[in-house]
Amino acid sequence: MARQPEGPPPPPVVQRLRVRYTKRGRLRFISHRDFARAFERALHRSGVPIAFSAGFSPHPKVSYAGAAPTGAASEAEYLEIGLSQEREPAWVRDALDAALPDGLDIVEVVAAEPGGPALADRIEASTWRIELPGVSVAEGAGALTALLALDEAPVERSTKDGTRTVDARAAIEAAWVVEEASCATLEVVVRHLTPAVRPDDVVTALRRAAGLSTPVAPVATRLAQGLLDAAPPQTARHLVDPLG
Amino acid sequence: MRGVSVFDRLEPLLPSVRKPVQYVGGELHAVTKDWDSVAVRWALMYPDAYEVGLPNQGVQILYELLNERADVLAERTYSVWPDLEALMREHDIPQFTVDGHRPVGDFDLFGVSFSTELGYTNLLTALDLAGIPIAAADRTDDHPVVVAGGHAAFNPEPIADFIDAAVIGDGEQAVLAITDLVRAWKHDGRPDGRDGLLLRLATSGVVYVPGFYDVSYLPDGRIQRVVPNRPGVPWRVAKQTVMDLDEWPYPKQPLVPLAETVHERYSVEIFRGCTRGCRFCQAGMITRPVRERSITTIGEMVQKGVAATGFEEVGLLSLSSADHSEIASVAKGLADVYDGTNVSLSLPSTRVDAFNVTLANELSRNGRRTGLTFAPEGGSERMRKVINKMVTEEDLIRTVATAYGNGWRQVKLYFMCGLPTETDDDVTAIAGVASRVIETGRQASGRKDIRCTVSIGGFVPKPHTPFQWAAQLDHESVDRRLAALKAAVVKDKSFGKSIGLRYHDGRPSIIEGMLSRGDRRVGAAIRRAWEDGARFDGWSEHFSFDRWVAASEAAFAGSSVSLDWFTTRERDLSEVLPWDHLDSGLDKDWLWGDWQDAIGESEVEDCRWSPCYDCGVCPSMGTETQVGPTGRALLPLSPV
Repeated sequence: MARQPEGPPPPPVVQRLRVRYTKRGRLRFISHRDFARAFERALHRSGVPIAFSAGFSPHPKVSYAGAAPTGAASEAEYLEIGLSQEREPAWVRDALDAALPDGLDIVEVVAAEPGGPALADRIEASTWRIELPGVSVAEGAGALTALLALDEAPVERSTKDGTRTVDARAAIEAAWVVEEASCATLEVVVRHLTPAVRPDDVVTALRRAAGLSTPVAPVATRLAQGLLDAAPPQTARHLVDPLG
Repeated sequence: MRGVSVFDRLEPLLPSVRKPVQYVGGELHAVTKDWDSVAVRWALMYPDAYEVGLPNQGVQILYELLNERADVLAERTYSVWPDLEALMREHDIPQFTVDGHRPVGDFDLFGVSFSTELGYTNLLTALDLAGIPIAAADRTDDHPVVVAGGHAAFNPEPIADFIDAAVIGDGEQAVLAITDLVRAWKHDGRPDGRDGLLLRLATSGVVYVPGFYDVSYLPDGRIQRVVPNRPGVPWRVAKQTVMDLDEWPYPKQPLVPLAETVHERYSVEIFRGCTRGCRFCQAGMITRPVRERSITTIGEMVQKGVAATGFEEVGLLSLSSADHSEIASVAKGLADVYDGTNVSLSLPSTRVDAFNVTLANELSRNGRRTGLTFAPEGGSERMRKVINKMVTEEDLIRTVATAYGNGWRQVKLYFMCGLPTETDDDVTAIAGVASRVIETGRQASGRKDIRCTVSIGGFVPKPHTPFQWAAQLDHESVDRRLAALKAAVVKDKSFGKSIGLRYHDGRPSIIEGMLSRGDRRVGAAIRRAWEDGARFDGWSEHFSFDRWVAASEAAFAGSSVSLDWFTTRERDLSEVLPWDHLDSGLDKDWLWGDWQDAIGESEVEDCRWSPCYDCGVCPSMGTETQVGPTGRALLPLSPV
């Protein structure tokens, strides 16, 4: 007979909360695994009554929506937590924010509507800001125009399982140039496809489309995630807030 | 302008290196202070990758202790991997701290903690990247004072040319004393510059300054003598010993990394020192006497440490944790406190006895019982007498029977190969022990799927131990004995499939042997190996034996010493050892007597529960064994 944990099973989830958080400044270099570990430790320190799974290795009830890649900053990351006791969302926001290091900031916490759509079903695209230090605003605008004029923009990326090709152009729903910036700065609405098109794929496509060179590593920041606004099509500059 | 962050120049490079998070800092409980607000500035380094260096207790303790002083700042730096090293050289970015990303060369002091000699080449990389001349003799008043510490500093002679000073022993009080001396010297207007400061440090007795000692050699290569070359510098430098660990309850605010590291837990040292007297064990010899932390302090540290970090694992550390006089109460108390929570407890004790299993049962009350580790170290009873590991085969079998009978599925056994007087049979005997373990385990558990993993390390003779005179076994013989052992396990039809064998080839141990027992002449080999690309020598994927052999041949060409001379040569009592002027408190005659007892297969008891056998430490260092029981209990704690 294999040993079983003694005692009663852990208390069930009584409340689901959805959390928007950031990855700012130097903490943009943390990977998703790093974030998950830091977040779970912050949960322990914060006193938020997180629920756990059963078994010898109980896991806190946290589910993450698709995470920004290592090196990309974000103003709009999302996750959902299950609590074993009810708490005011505003209190949870403050407690978690205080327990996390600066840069990993909790922006918003709301209660999930029972029976409503899953968090993952409220997210289909991201708005990325891409800064290209060392590239002029005009050069950036030209490269964007060239990219948008293409029918497809295949980009190879090396992954654990070898090289994959993604079509960067196909994922772009809308894109524009931020006029008042010190270097070329683009904002691009990227649809979440499988395999995902990441901001560095967009940069690679820009380089190819216009022979652009980026002397300094570009910096990408996710500004928003959500559903694409139904109207007007093709000029969607707005994503529907998944916590709204 | 000194102390200015280089992060703006580093940041654009980070997207192209592996695991960039290790270079950004920002850990919970990391400290950054205003550069100009303090009088003394330390850069502290663990000379290995961040994932290994960050959890290091020594660095964390000193970091916290120094930063608690209002007029002192301490920042941390770790070895950068070759991908970033290349980019830093290309973009002219110096070795930086992860806290303020400040150039290491701007600090007053650069303290480097060596747990292992295989970190020496990483010291040279850091110095070079920092713009600090590799040779201490070439440094000016503009460069930090480079201070080595950690267990390897008990023989810092191989790196004597590269460091300015070494702390021998416990660091807590020593770093504060050094800080005071540096502060006073700066306040006095830096009289006599760098040399004046080093002289103040050396004459204080707190540190060893290799540059103030001349070493002369005999024609056959042995050391003739080591003599101070400045008035007021002590002939022998004594180790530092912290008494009363309850007064030094660090770390209180342990660093919680964002990156994944090798130990993800809150660790509390439950005692320091060990007098079990295992003759191979340098740590047990140089950290005497035993000083226990009291049960109440342990309880407070664990409660506060877990609350402050959110770690889910607590480690009760020491050289032999089951030997704490109140370990049973500590274990039960903590298991009660954290019962029903997700905090697990671990006791990395490897003592071979049933009590250890009882403790492990208590600590894993509600957890999974996967593996237990024991360290008989020697395969035959004769061998264990030589190394003073007082465990009979019956003890071992009884212990593993208890373990398997209590639901543990795997037992891991540690052994060494290459011990003094060892024969082929002593190593092959390990196979027989493992077979009996499996046979016993199957009976005790009633299952066939139990396992025994045998891990074998190559023995390296270390300074300040009874084996400091011993010949190290050549790597060909080590490999041959291990191959014979493997063949014996494979041949075992009944139990062989349940036995896992883990070992490495014997070559890295030979280089470690030279770096451990070498003298100042070894510095030339280290420098040459580093110039030829040696980095991260503790990592098998980076270590190159051939590179070290070539570097040693070149460095020792035309002299009477060699890689073999430093390693496989037995020394005699009359030889001046490179570390004889560094006083660990151990009486050299006692060590020699213990070496002779080893050869005679004669054992010595632990002085905690038998009369003092005059190793010499307590009287010469003015210390005494501090053990309980106190009779107190863990405070009535509540889990967080």
